[in-house]
Amino acid sequence: MLELFRKIRILLSTYYAYMLEYRAELLLWALSGSLPFILMGVWIEAADSGQFPYGPEAFARYFLAVFMVRQMTVVYVIWEFEAEVVQGKLSPLLLQPMDPVWRHVASHVSERAARLPFAAAILVLFFVLYPEAFWIPDLMAVLSFCLVVVLAFALRFIIQYTLALCAFWTERASALEDLWFLIYLFLSGLVAPLEVFPPAVRAVVEWTPFPYLVHFPASLLIGAPVDVGRSLSIMVGWMALALGINRWLWRKGLRRYSGMGA
Amino acid sequence: MPIIVADGLSRSYPVAIKEPGLGGTLRHFLRRSWRTVEAVREVSFRIDPGEIVGFLGPNGAGKTTTLKMLTGLIHPTSGYLEVAGFIPFERRKAFLKQITLVMGQKEQLLWDLPALDALRINAVVYELSDQTFRERVAELSKLLELEDKLTQPIRKLSLGERMKAELLAALLHRPQVLFLDEPTLGLDINAQAAVREALREYNQRFGATVLLTSHYMADITALSQRVLLIHQGRLIYDGGLSALLERFAPYRQVKMELERPIDPATLASYGEVEGVNGREVRLLVQRHALTTIIARLLAELPVLDLSVTDPPIEQVIGRVFSEGTVT
Repeated sequence: MLELFRKIRILLSTYYAYMLEYRAELLLWALSGSLPFILMGVWIEAADSGQFPYGPEAFARYFLAVFMVRQMTVVYVIWEFEAEVVQGKLSPLLLQPMDPVWRHVASHVSERAARLPFAAAILVLFFVLYPEAFWIPDLMAVLSFCLVVVLAFALRFIIQYTLALCAFWTERASALEDLWFLIYLFLSGLVAPLEVFPPAVRAVVEWTPFPYLVHFPASLLIGAPVDVGRSLSIMVGWMALALGINRWLWRKGLRRYSGMGA
Repeated sequence: MPIIVADGLSRSYPVAIKEPGLGGTLRHFLRRSWRTVEAVREVSFRIDPGEIVGFLGPNGAGKTTTLKMLTGLIHPTSGYLEVAGFIPFERRKAFLKQITLVMGQKEQLLWDLPALDALRINAVVYELSDQTFRERVAELSKLLELEDKLTQPIRKLSLGERMKAELLAALLHRPQVLFLDEPTLGLDINAQAAVREALREYNQRFGATVLLTSHYMADITALSQRVLLIHQGRLIYDGGLSALLERFAPYRQVKMELERPIDPATLASYGEVEGVNGREVRLLVQRHALTTIIARLLAELPVLDLSVTDPPIEQVIGRVFSEGTVT
């Protein structure tokens, strides 16, 4: 157990050091997640003129929460894994007595820690520019948000890593992520809160993994009504399914990878 | 008891074929055609613990494929394979902790960090204690003459230093079996010698078994007593370096300095003319006729100086591969 903690500590601290080598990039990466602010502007305008369940302030808070969820759940494993497979860098990693995925996990978690100050700075800047939207969520909301955002990250990581494993069969697995991202954009609540969807559409969408990647954690933070038990169950269900497919693809893929000459 | 056993090892794999031009591209897109390449055919050998064995062959001969089978990266199509008592392809932890694979020019270390940071990851991956880690880094960095380089980012190191850092990372868990694929590729003479020296030292100190491929004959002659020669996927020779010369080079090189230039046609009656440079002549003479030929040369030609040597090993092996004199 102690050995495990040491492993985690050293992996995280090394990858954290690695991430800090990219100071300028970190700021750009944080800024590149500012799509929610643009959509916030659009929806605030819309709220002034139409019939929506959210008012301007609620829209502002929702998209702010979306921004934070996005910052905490960015996943890029597919590009890294694809490069490893295509360039043959996976081979030496396979000869180490640790599943190569843990390096990716460590990289993502460390990247989050390195990104946090930049994301926080953007948040502060936002409140300075738009003080009307400022609010202090209650402690319960913050705690449950933190927990669910970690789960959302895990779900997104597992799904993207599963898509990444297709790199064993095609040189451009990241094309799958492009397609996935398009659906994610609309169904996750990134472009619009699910509350503005027609009820029938929303009922279907809620069975997909998408809303739990953005809408569910964001709603928890702003205190919007959500069915926590049902949402968590669906999340865990998708996670288990993706993990099962992931391990199956991993075994099949390794066989194929070695079949092609590793 | 041998530490590596390979019996009738074969490996074939599919390669996609694409014709050049737009037509070929479209056909390649719509229907891929494949051809099976037999990379390794029926290769058998045994290697004892502590041996350093050179693995020679032209590009595409099957060296890397064999190394990948030995490390467990790829599964043999047929044949039996055992390394350190394990079946490599199962890639058990206990097996992985005993071996290492170094591929020249395939970096494992994180490019933007000092080697020491990346080495810490290796230490936890191989479950070494902090103390063992420190001791081994001290020991290996001395062996590789890298002491003051470990805190500099990898990208700031020279190619030779980078290779040495890679080697340090590969040896940190003190593997008993080392597989090295072109470990000196692209290095200058000094760095090549340093890497060679470190490998020899490691082998002697820890009794580790080393199997290495290299394009530089000097690596092989400096390190290994025994060579495996592979050509078109087949093992064509397994034995000592000197015996290799006798078998594949049943001739010796006679160097002469003459009083005056002699017509090459005349020289050809004594042996194969390898080179004529004014009054300096190099001939290849069959071993069994050597004494007779030398006597004739001395009697019939105006010889000032004469010496007999083995032809350079590169040349012998080059001849084997180009002529395909497989026996």
